[in-house]
Amino acid sequence: MNIIVCVKQTYDLQQVRIRKETRQPVFENVPLTLGNIDKNALEEAVRIREKAGGKITAVSVGPETLEDTIKEALAMGADEAVLVTAPKLDSIESALSAVLLAKAIGQAGPFDLILLGEGSTDNYSGQVGPRLAELLDLPQVTFAKSLHIEGRTLRAVRSLEDYLEDVEVDLPVLVTVVSEINEPRIPAITQILKAGRKPKRVLSPEDLGIPIGKFGLQAETISNLAPLQNRKGILFKEGAKDIPALVKALEEEGLLRR
Amino acid sequence: MPCLLVFSEQDRCAFELLQKAIELGKKMNLEVAAAALNASQGEEFRRRGCARVYTSSQELLQFFDAFVYAQALSQIAAASQAAVILIGSTRSGKELAGRLAQMLGAGCLTDCQTLEYEKEGLVATRNAFGGATVATQKLTTSLQIYALMPYLCEPAAPGKAEGEVVQVSLDLKPSRIKKLKKTPKDLGAVDIEGAEVLVCVGKGLAKPEDVKIAEDLASALSGFVACTKPLATDLKWLPESRIIGLSGKKGKPKLAVCAGISGQVQFAVGIREAKTIVAVNTDPNAYIFQMADYGLIGDLYQILPQLTAALK
Repeated sequence: MNIIVCVKQTYDLQQVRIRKETRQPVFENVPLTLGNIDKNALEEAVRIREKAGGKITAVSVGPETLEDTIKEALAMGADEAVLVTAPKLDSIESALSAVLLAKAIGQAGPFDLILLGEGSTDNYSGQVGPRLAELLDLPQVTFAKSLHIEGRTLRAVRSLEDYLEDVEVDLPVLVTVVSEINEPRIPAITQILKAGRKPKRVLSPEDLGIPIGKFGLQAETISNLAPLQNRKGILFKEGAKDIPALVKALEEEGLLRR
Repeated sequence: MPCLLVFSEQDRCAFELLQKAIELGKKMNLEVAAAALNASQGEEFRRRGCARVYTSSQELLQFFDAFVYAQALSQIAAASQAAVILIGSTRSGKELAGRLAQMLGAGCLTDCQTLEYEKEGLVATRNAFGGATVATQKLTTSLQIYALMPYLCEPAAPGKAEGEVVQVSLDLKPSRIKKLKKTPKDLGAVDIEGAEVLVCVGKGLAKPEDVKIAEDLASALSGFVACTKPLATDLKWLPESRIIGLSGKKGKPKLAVCAGISGQVQFAVGIREAKTIVAVNTDPNAYIFQMADYGLIGDLYQILPQLTAALK
């Protein structure tokens, strides 16, 4: 079983603060990491390989710092990595990610399964999976919360808003997972040490025949700021004693139907 | 004449998109068309003011499949000369939007919270950096796809059916995915996104049976109980359909009571559209107080039952 897992480097968003005066996010000294749901996809790949054997290739697109960040994936259990890096590949849009990932996957050799998170931790657009499936002419199973492979058949339970859907499909297939699918492992120190020695191919967009400057951008960001919170901010500090005051306030706002 | 084309597999959302398209169409001088792949929507679209409704009775369209529906929409987009396609940003809508965008070489923005026409074109807002910020973005492609969040606006109102119906014959490849069964997540399925009052609970609850405290308050307020993600996915105290947050539902209630919730951004993005937010937490420094209109420092085990009693 050859499994490709597509991962994305993002800032550790837990550590991003907002500058109050400008409402801008502050990224100074914020470490880079792999996306949260990407780690669920990797974990699922490792569990499948533990049962069925085979090889896991982590594929990613990003700026040069990715060469270091990808060690997380190798420590978690990926056997090798194929990276497309260039300075201009920082926070690129989904359409370009999908094209570069498709080309990079072409370099990684034959595969049976492609796994991704349902969306990236930062942009959470959810487009890369379906776009990649279209580019590679693969069936797409999105929002999987459990996977089961027997022979050449994959069974998945998809988690939609209000119901679960059981589906079945023959390999090869592209699957996006939700974070509920598993609990990603924390790699042991020996795994982290080994990660640096695992094979890693680093390509440029030009190597793949996609000169970045020529790729027409599809979206433009006009601004990106923390939302204005226009809240009253009235704090009752006396606990239960303040309940009548709270009820009165809600009543005055017409929020209680009586 | 170029048009705005709308589609959602969810009826209510489809008619909200129609309302938005009618509004934008006037400003952009575009006709409004709809794809009624679920045939029952066809007549409703006409009644609600859609100029042209594309419909097909092909067997393959009987159940939603992103790949099959993307083919159908790409062909209808060509036939209708669509310049803008609006899709409902449900999970199904999102997987459809991405595939369709790639098929058509279109730019696409998903999970849009607003979409407005300004001088130079359409401008959308959507969450970025995990909800820490809201990005204002526009597409620059000639064909544009926007997946809009449900409950973005009121559905188009029904009236006299005047629009024309275009029966199309589509060239569709079947899906390679076999659907085996569907199981509802919540037998008492409630409409979290449309609810006027939500009582949200988080890890401040100690035991599964204590969800009852929140349910009592919700029923006193004629609302529903929703929760943070860990309460449903890790602890399974509530069905997953009740999750509020970035990867869950986005509520827009008039009143949200958030009890035992610290207010991490992953949750906050799902509730910050609420008109009034009441927070109950023992920790005076909890972030939830910063986004609340009314904060009450105290133990939810004391506060909620007493609040319920005071409302009766």
